[in-house]
This record gives sequence, structure tokens and C-alpha cells, in this order.
Amino acid sequence: MAQKTLFEKVWERHEVVPETADTPAVLYIDLHLIHEVTTPQAFTLLREQNLKVRRPDRVLATMDHSTPTTTEEIFGRIPIRMESAAQQIHKLEDNCREFGIELLGMTHEHRGIVHIIGPELGATQPGKTIVCGDSHTATHGAFGALAFGIGTTEVGHVLATQCLLQRRPKTLAINVKGRLPAGVTAKDLILAIIGKIGVGGGTGHVIEYRGEAIEALSMDERMTVCNMSIEAGARAGMIAPDETTFAYLKGRPKAPQGAAWDKAVAEWRQLKSDPGARFDREVDIDASTLEPMITYGTHPGMVLPISASVPSKPDDAVFAKALNYMGMTPGERLIDKPINIVFVGSCTNARLSDLELAARVLKGHKVADGVRMLVVPGSQQIKHAAEALGLDKIFIEAGAEWRESGCSMCIGMNGDLAGKGQYVVSTSNRNFEGRQGQGARTLLASPATAAAAAIRGRITDPRQFL
Amino acid sequence: MAYPKNTSQSYETKPIKSVKSRTVVLPSTDIDTDQIIPARFLRTTTKEGLGKQLFADWRYDASGAPKADFVLNGSEAKGAAILVAGHNFGCGSSREHAPWALMDFGFRAVISTEIADIFRSNSLKNGLLPLVIDKATHTWLLEHPGAEVEIDLETTTLKLPDGKTVKFPIEAFARYCLLNGIDELGYLLNQDDAISRHERAYA
Ligand code: SF4
Repeated sequence: MAQKTLFEKVWERHEVVPETADTPAVLYIDLHLIHEVTTPQAFTLLREQNLKVRRPDRVLATMDHSTPTTTEEIFGRIPIRMESAAQQIHKLEDNCREFGIELLGMTHEHRGIVHIIGPELGATQPGKTIVCGDSHTATHGAFGALAFGIGTTEVGHVLATQCLLQRRPKTLAINVKGRLPAGVTAKDLILAIIGKIGVGGGTGHVIEYRGEAIEALSMDERMTVCNMSIEAGARAGMIAPDETTFAYLKGRPKAPQGAAWDKAVAEWRQLKSDPGARFDREVDIDASTLEPMITYGTHPGMVLPISASVPSKPDDAVFAKALNYMGMTPGERLIDKPINIVFVGSCTNARLSDLELAARVLKGHKVADGVRMLVVPGSQQIKHAAEALGLDKIFIEAGAEWRESGCSMCIGMNGDLAGKGQYVVSTSNRNFEGRQGQGARTLLASPATAAAAAIRGRITDPRQFL
Repeated sequence: MAYPKNTSQSYETKPIKSVKSRTVVLPSTDIDTDQIIPARFLRTTTKEGLGKQLFADWRYDASGAPKADFVLNGSEAKGAAILVAGHNFGCGSSREHAPWALMDFGFRAVISTEIADIFRSNSLKNGLLPLVIDKATHTWLLEHPGAEVEIDLETTTLKLPDGKTVKFPIEAFARYCLLNGIDELGYLLNQDDAISRHERAYA
């Protein structure tokens, strides 16, 4: 029997019509996650065409990107300040009602960032095909699902047909040997991987992360790794499911229950790359040599170990432009550079373990004078769980803001923004120019590094607080 | 191949055979979709009118006035339909607002040495041609802004001002749909029987 990769197994199971030289494959989609920003035009198309949603039971909606994070606005005590956001939110409510789609709306206890709630509810499962009009859909690959972001036209295709036209991507194995040293997190690992292969390094590929270091990660950590596959150019990243995966999913509301659970787990156990399976490309990385990582430029590939200095590239105009935007000079040490804002949040690092890590660093300390720290849990469930552990008190006593869940300052669509020239140590995934506000300067790092920066008001190696 | 009727939903419903135009050059590498259209302009529920906000943070100063030194504000950008950009264009978010904004501004093609996956797929669905070409040709184009070039979708070639032509790859089905003014949804809807069979077997 031919040896197959994890990706190939999931792909082939979902081919409604295999690809030919003339036509792409028709790929069946098991779960379609939708949110308010990338769907209104797709529903308009359905209406214009008189089309129905083929499988409303396979669509799950929430609102996260443009939603406010203040309690008064979320729970309707005051109107949503940003009118255009309110319009998108109401459009999604109308669309879900009209087309019979389950919506975890503004006040729903399960609302949250779309890539956080799928796993949290157990809707994300091994072997599924999952899409969403959002590039960080790659997150769900942590469960051995084939999950990728799509555009709004494709959202319309999936709503109408539950299928997508897709060319089969290539495969890239990233073999991570060794173990992460103490104080070095999954975020540092994925930043190091992006630094190594580059922001276009995974273009056209599906990544499978494998090896000892990956197997040792918790589900939260695996999601952090897969989440940023797109920052390496790969539409999807996958990790083979194992006991860690099954233990995470067991008992979750949308996971199979009873006899169906046992049957599902037996199938899921088959979802791993066969020993002799061939990948189109392989990259090796040693986790045991890594340090906490932080970005210094205007894309996630411009990343360094935190103890390093900004490199010098005399003849590179693009590099010079990026450094100019960031207010960085070649040769400058990153440690001790003053910062203005700390953001702990996003689908990369706003799960409970991320908040616990940030709180562990922050406990007994204060946010430095003049620094603003914003902590935005990834979902309402996480918010409540964190409050049950008293994490909110640690944050608030330290001087940080504790908010309702949403994308918030990861993308700044809801008005949670940094100012021109301000440095933001952020646990999110993109440090593009203007991503967190016009002229804002984003430094991507782990929750530990973010919290350490909040305490000192400077870029800081978090290991001294751990 | 038996393809169904056009469902008339793509941005361009007319068949596209070729694009002939002067180029506009943005040499930066890794231009991401947050630059193409910043997130604050995504709080919209339609596709129209996004051209005004194309590259907004590079194009306008703090007061909202056009920056004189930005290429899209110059006379050379007026009527130009082909954008030549640095390596790895369109990386980042999946927002289809990026090709919508480029189309609305007047672009019909983007040329680079690498174009990010989701952006490329979104572009093809809207009639914006994403061309990946060889490095030497790309370098020449970067160095000659305003060059008059012609993209021929039928022969999948790019014709340079000196008459020389270079081939570019394009997914066969997307090319077929563009050449014939067909959009992909109609094709998918026609697969109903196969989809139902799959659902009975697995889903
Ligand atoms: S948290 Fe950021 S990256 Fe994640 S879905 Fe929201 S906007 Fe996108």
C-alpha cells in the first residue's frame, strides 16, 4: 500500500471529484466557520442567485473581528460606538436568521474569536476539512484537521455547495527535534520557524509539524504553532492527532459522545503520516537551541532571539524602509528598548494557558509607568475560566485592562488601536505596517515576553520572571 | 468539458482575453493585504468603492491629502491597469477586499515573482490576473516603470515593449473561466449529484 502523509489521507477522503489537468478537485468541507467581516458580500450573492445554504448544520457563526471589547457595549448597555461595526454585526444576525445558521452572537456565553471557539466547543476535530474567511483558520490544523482560510467568493461557494474548487497543494514537513528549553514557548518556536523558512517559505504548501518537540506540546501550544502557518506563507499547518488531542476533545459539547466517541477515536488514530510517506520538502529545526523570540521589523520573518541586535543590510532599500518605520537602527540591541503598549490577546495567544503564563510573570509586579497593557481573552469561556482562577485580579491589580473577548488590537478594527510611533509588544501574529493602528510599531512575542515588557516598560527576557 | 452557464457574479463578467497597459511599479517585497487595504476599511458590507482606500496608509498623509511622492497618486498611475510589485505580493490576511480594491482602482493584473496563495485565488475569482514571472523579466519591469506590456491569456504570455514574450503559469480551470467569462460557482452547483453521493457516504 502506498505510504501517505496525514494531509493526503484527509484530502483524499474529501475529494468529491478528484482533480484533473483541466479542473481542480471538488473538495468537501465538513465545517464552515463564519464571522461578520468576510461574509456579508457572500450572503448578498446567495440572495441575488436565489440560492440556499446547502448545509446550515455545517456552518457555525460568531462575531469577533469588529466587535467591541467593553462590557457595556457587548451586553447592550450602551450602543456599539462604531456604527460601521454595528452594521456588520447586525447584518450577520440577519443573515444567520434568514439562512438558518447557528450564531454565537454578541451576548452568547460561547462567543469568542472564531479560531478559539471551534476547538473549545469540540467542533474542530481530527480529519475534518475546515474553512473560514480568515487566514488564521490554519489554527484548527493542530487537531489533524485540514483547515485553511478562504476569500469571500469562496465563502459563497461553500455556503451554496459545501464544496470548494482546490488544486492539491504540496507538502512540507517541519521536523522539530529536541525539547523547548524552560521559558521558551510555542510562540517562540513558530517565530523561529518563520525566521528560518521566511514569510513566503511555505507558499503553495501544507505544513506538517512533527517530531519530539511537537508531540510534547499541549493543544493550546499546538494551536499557537499551526495558527502562524500562514505567516510562513502556508495556507494550512497540521499536527497528527494523538492522546493529547483526544483528551482535549473528550466531553466537549460538539465532540462525539458515547459509542460515537470510541468509533471516532479509532478512526482518528489512523490519521498520521505513514513511516515511509514522502513530503515534497522537509525542514529540520532543533527546539533545544531556541531562545525567546521577538520581531523587530514589518513582517513576521523579521524576527530575532531576544538577546540579539538588529542586523545590518547596507544595500537593501526594503529592509531600510522597514527599520525606518520601526524606528530601529542596525546594530541596536533589542533588550531594553522602551515600549508603550502591551497586548495579550488574539487567536495566536489568548487561550487560558496563555493568560496563565502572562499572569504568572506579572504576579506581584506592576505595569510600568506610562505603559498601557490590554488583556483580551480569546473567548467568553476563557474569560470566565480565567476569572475563576483569579487571573483577572492579577491583571487588574498590576494595572492592566481586562476586556471582553474578541480580536481587538490584533487588527484594531473595533477601535482598540495603538498610536503613531508607539511600540506594542503583542502576542498576536502580524506586525505589518499599520496593523495595530496607523504608524504603530508591532513587536510580536510570547505572552511571557509581553508581560515581562509590561513590568519593565522595555523589551525584556521573560526568563528572569519565570 | 461541459461547463454551465455563467452565474454572473464575478467582478468582471466579460470574458478576458488580454490586458494591454502601461505598468505601475511598487518595488517593495512582501506587500501584505493590510497595506493593500487597511483593516479599518473592512467594516463594509459591499464590494464597491474600495479603490479610494487602496494602499491608503502609503497614499495619504495624516490629514488625508494624497502624498505627492507615492506612485499611485502620480499621473503615471492614471489609466494604468498593470501593477508590477516586489516578491511575495499579497501575503497576510484572506481579505478579498484586496483584489476588490485593486480592481476598483483600475488594475486588471498584478505581476511579481511570487504571489501569496489566498490572494492569488481571490484575484482569479474576480478577474484580476495574478502573474508570476521569472526573475530577470521581473527585474527589467521593476527598472522600467511605465513600460507598455501586453498580457495574452490565450497563449499565457507576457509581451514586453521590445516584442519579446515570456510565458507565465496559470491554473487551467481559472484560465478557462476567465477566457469564457464563466464563474466557478455555476460549475460547483452542477456537481450536485456527486456532492450528494459524497454526503451519503461520509457526511
Ligand atoms: S485574532 Fe487577529 S489574526 Fe486572529 S482571527 Fe482575529 S484578527 Fe485574525
